[in-house]
Amino acid sequence: MTVRIDQERCIGSGQCVLAAPDVFDQSDDDGIGLVLIAEPPAELLPGVRDAVDRCPAQVVTLDE
Amino acid sequence: MTEAAVCPVHQDRDHPLRPPVGFQEAVSDGPVRMLWPNGVEAWMVSSYAGVRQVLSDPRFSTRKGGQPEMRTDAGEAVLDPDQPGNINGIDGPEHMRLRRPLSRGFMVKRMNELRPRIQQIVDEHLDVMEAKGAPADLVASLCLPLPSLVIAELLGVPPEHQELFQATAGDLFGKNGSKDEYLAHATKLAEVLAPIVAAKKAAGTNDDMIGLMANDTDFSMDELIFLCIGLLAAGHETTSNFLGLFTLHLFEQPDQLEVLRRDPGRADVVVEELLRYTVGHLGGPGLTRRATEDVEVDGVLIRAGEWVSVSLMANLDEALCPRADELDLERDAVSHLGFGFGPHQCLGANLARAELQIGLRTLFERFPNLRPAVPVTEMRYRNDMITYGAAEIPVVW
Repeated sequence: MTVRIDQERCIGSGQCVLAAPDVFDQSDDDGIGLVLIAEPPAELLPGVRDAVDRCPAQVVTLDE
Repeated sequence: MTEAAVCPVHQDRDHPLRPPVGFQEAVSDGPVRMLWPNGVEAWMVSSYAGVRQVLSDPRFSTRKGGQPEMRTDAGEAVLDPDQPGNINGIDGPEHMRLRRPLSRGFMVKRMNELRPRIQQIVDEHLDVMEAKGAPADLVASLCLPLPSLVIAELLGVPPEHQELFQATAGDLFGKNGSKDEYLAHATKLAEVLAPIVAAKKAAGTNDDMIGLMANDTDFSMDELIFLCIGLLAAGHETTSNFLGLFTLHLFEQPDQLEVLRRDPGRADVVVEELLRYTVGHLGGPGLTRRATEDVEVDGVLIRAGEWVSVSLMANLDEALCPRADELDLERDAVSHLGFGFGPHQCLGANLARAELQIGLRTLFERFPNLRPAVPVTEMRYRNDMITYGAAEIPVVW
């Protein structure tokens, strides 16, 4: 279970932060998405899946 | 695919809160060809999956020029396709260059820092409304001034220009103006903004949005001015309409209003459902893209060069959630398309969320008996605008 963000294509919408605030943050420099917990525990996975679905740029992935 | 009958795009409604007459029936059966008021034909896509595909697939370009338009001024695009700083008219790396610094200005933690100030503005305006007494016009009392004050502070424009910005932002979204009138409104804003931007550049500060754009980026002066116009216009015209429409939907569905009254702490989830439902019921035309290659969408081949518009009525697609045509404030938030989708998704979404959550929650906490002073169907609506909403919402409490 690894969470990744393709930062090249990330637009910094922050949808992942809203979906799973413990797992994602945004860079103070450019608002780009950051992964705080690359291997999140099971209880955080629903939020991560929500982030994958909601990301408007479709750059959040969860390898299951 | 044989040529389907071409339906005209129109916005005549038989109820102010429901989609234009016949629109849902016309578009529900897969992509259809529709004729726009400016004489351009475009595919209309209205399924949830189809809309997500069109808005996020890089083979659909957002570059403008000759696109379908609601403006009746036949065929004439109001904006030059090469207008510097037109963030909604560029794709790929060019778009990212403009988008990223702006995303930084609108990021979630920054919007959360603004919440106490948003609350203060809401409280002050509701204090005035209460002191003046019923009946009041909710649009003038809260819906218009709230987003207008917040975007001006966020950008860092002096308060004395507020009235001009508010009036001109409205003018920019008129459906009936000519290209010359549109450009005159934009020029008027540019003349006010130019010295403000120049002063922030000279001061070298980055503590507000204009300062950040002027000093932390490589944006040209022309880009800066046009981006400021776009942010001001979008900040004035959208959230204000939605705060009003949300309230009207709740007036029309008292059982749903009761859900919010019972648990105001759920305002964040409630706002997501109201966004889904309200945007879905605007119906009518939405965002436009142009295919750069042949692409299949919902089983229909869209040829390179053809225009596609997406209807955000896709928010009412059962593929998104069960009983999608019903407002259900007890439902968990779903991935709605209220702010669009793809790389051009609404830049101010997180600001709009904060304003709508705080505005709606506080309104019904302060005035638990708030109700319309005249029937919702008898209020005045802004049918002459690209951005739909109520012109006035007379209320009593």
